[in-house]
Amino acid sequence: MIKEKFKVLTVDLGSGRGNIVTMDGRDTVAGGSGLAALLFTKYGHPDKPWNDPDQPLIFAIGPLTGYFPLMSKTVCAFKSPYHDQYTESHAGGRSALALRFADLDALVVLGKATRPSCIAVGSRHLEVKEVPYLWGKDVFESGKMLRSTFKGAGHRSILRIGPAGENGSAMACINADTYRHFGRLGGGAVMGNKNLKAIGINGDAAFQLPDSKDYPKIFQDVYTKLTDTDMMSKYHDIGTPINMAVLNETKMLPIRNLQRTSDPAISNITGEQFADLALLRNAACAGCPVGCIHIGFVRERFQKEHRYIYRQVSYDHEPIFAVGSMLSIEDCFSVLAIIDMAEKMGLDVMSAGVALAWATEATEKGVISEEETVVRLSFGDTEGYKQAMLHLGRGANEFYRLLAQGTLKAAEYYGGKDYACVLGQEMAGYATGEVYFTSQALGFRHSHLDSGGYSYDQKEKGKDVSKAVDFLIKDEQGRVLLTSMVACLFARGVYTDQLLAECLKAVGYGSLAETLEPVSRNIRQIRWKNRLATGFMPEKVIIPKRFYEITTVKGSMDSDFLSSLVAEYGKAIRDLVQ
Amino acid sequence: MKILTTPRMERCIGCHSCSLACARLVHKYLSWDTAGIRIASSGGLSTGFEARTCLACDPAPCVRVCPTGAYSQRKGGGVIVRKNLCIRCGECARACPVDAVYLDAATEPFVCIHCGRCVPFCPHDCIEMKDVRATGSTEDGGAA
Repeated sequence: MIKEKFKVLTVDLGSGRGNIVTMDGRDTVAGGSGLAALLFTKYGHPDKPWNDPDQPLIFAIGPLTGYFPLMSKTVCAFKSPYHDQYTESHAGGRSALALRFADLDALVVLGKATRPSCIAVGSRHLEVKEVPYLWGKDVFESGKMLRSTFKGAGHRSILRIGPAGENGSAMACINADTYRHFGRLGGGAVMGNKNLKAIGINGDAAFQLPDSKDYPKIFQDVYTKLTDTDMMSKYHDIGTPINMAVLNETKMLPIRNLQRTSDPAISNITGEQFADLALLRNAACAGCPVGCIHIGFVRERFQKEHRYIYRQVSYDHEPIFAVGSMLSIEDCFSVLAIIDMAEKMGLDVMSAGVALAWATEATEKGVISEEETVVRLSFGDTEGYKQAMLHLGRGANEFYRLLAQGTLKAAEYYGGKDYACVLGQEMAGYATGEVYFTSQALGFRHSHLDSGGYSYDQKEKGKDVSKAVDFLIKDEQGRVLLTSMVACLFARGVYTDQLLAECLKAVGYGSLAETLEPVSRNIRQIRWKNRLATGFMPEKVIIPKRFYEITTVKGSMDSDFLSSLVAEYGKAIRDLVQ
Repeated sequence: MKILTTPRMERCIGCHSCSLACARLVHKYLSWDTAGIRIASSGGLSTGFEARTCLACDPAPCVRVCPTGAYSQRKGGGVIVRKNLCIRCGECARACPVDAVYLDAATEPFVCIHCGRCVPFCPHDCIEMKDVRATGSTEDGGAA
């Protein structure tokens, strides 16, 4: 099973046929982020637009996937409809282990199906099926139908899109096993453009264990660290929403389209409130005993008599900030109801919530009106936002179709760029300060997870530009190594470089284990080369005025510091590919 | 004599740690299939999970149908499988009323041996080793 060469399945939707490709590169790109970047250099077309049928949609796992706990994520890579540049989006769920047990290091989808289709793949199975009856179906309906389409209940992963993906929204996610998502930067639209409604991956193979006495011992050590210590309690207990109260306390929580950073009114949407009132149960990604997935519920009365529907809705800090504090929604069940609508449409909740926050402020300022938004948008109005999510997901009119391409695109057309909360893409839930804003605006995925800029803001008092840029560059390298294994970044405190090397050695990747530093530098460079080759220009990055106007516990934003950080981090990114 | 029971499956989060541990430690595979306990969603992820594992029947239907004597009755319930006697016919899996026997691609059977090595890997105490009474049944618990 330990393979020095990558085993990649390419599927051509045009012909309905697949091809097994054996590739070198284990000791230079490892897997995950590195393998995805390598595959894009092989199959991608930097000069063609994202929606060219020849562009690949890549799913990659790493050398430790399935062998150790929390090695449970999949990297999805594509040319993004959001900025027409190369990007990655990561998801948990079951897809990582399903790919491992389908005996694949990566799945690459090429071409375009003539009719709406799905791919069913396993270790001894490949089929492209036409599913025109699923087109137009939302994520909930299609999920129910797909369960009878794909084999292997329990050991399969179902990746699917909703209406947002079908109609080319740059905010369309790929839903992964109902409660996880390849959320950001429009992977759902890439599937939709290929007429690909769903992918079912059946993990139906078994492999010999590594021929190493160290493997059982290291596995047990890692498992113990992850479960017996308090290292993971943040994710296991309240979960990521514990950040809501913490950030609010330090005036670092984006509220009301970032008009403020702290507000007593968020007291009913804290992680603690969700846990006490709305938490129904937890779930886990396959291969992870932490179980960080927090599932709440919505309950709606649909008849005058006491008749109700209920649905289970997963929540985290990011969705709560995006459709909670950003929209001034002040109770947890209303937040869950809006998340639920975004899920139904197959929208990335973070992007959609931040976009609607801008649209609400633009409405207040008279830039747009109900003529554009169909339903009146006002902060705190749950029902209006639920309707707006449906309009955004379905692309109900010209306004929503433009907004779905990105808040700044709508702001460029209608006005209101100054208060578009966009840092490369719609902001994540951290208004921690200059270093974080720089980190997301220029980061590879425009994600809060590209590097720990938010943490740097919270811990560091000085305003040393070169120190901050050095931190971002170094932290990114550490994270890219983890996302090449592919580890959940929640485990970054456990999986040190040394432990990763021990794990790799124990399963048989001895030479890779000895070269992790140069390998991670190489991966980072290939990723950025792809990004720059597809048009990214760090010098062109502009941070909207709103980000310069906020105040945190550390005081007002220092515009000179922020501008210098953006300039210097941009140069440092350029230097990475020299 | 103890047997593996699954009394608190409503707590299951679907991490598959038990299956992976069984495959790794007992059957010596990297797998979530070749294991004596397998986790499946019970009608979609929103409805929770069920464990497919041996109920420790006594007499066990898989023993009755085994044509070569590879399966024999385990004292206290469950079975002992001697794979050197197995001809890979798959009758054991077909006879099992709860789909507890997994057949791999070569029709090799994998079934729980009630050793309990999966138990420490469950983060929510869904599974438990219990003493069986003289009748062979436990105090409570079941496969689902």
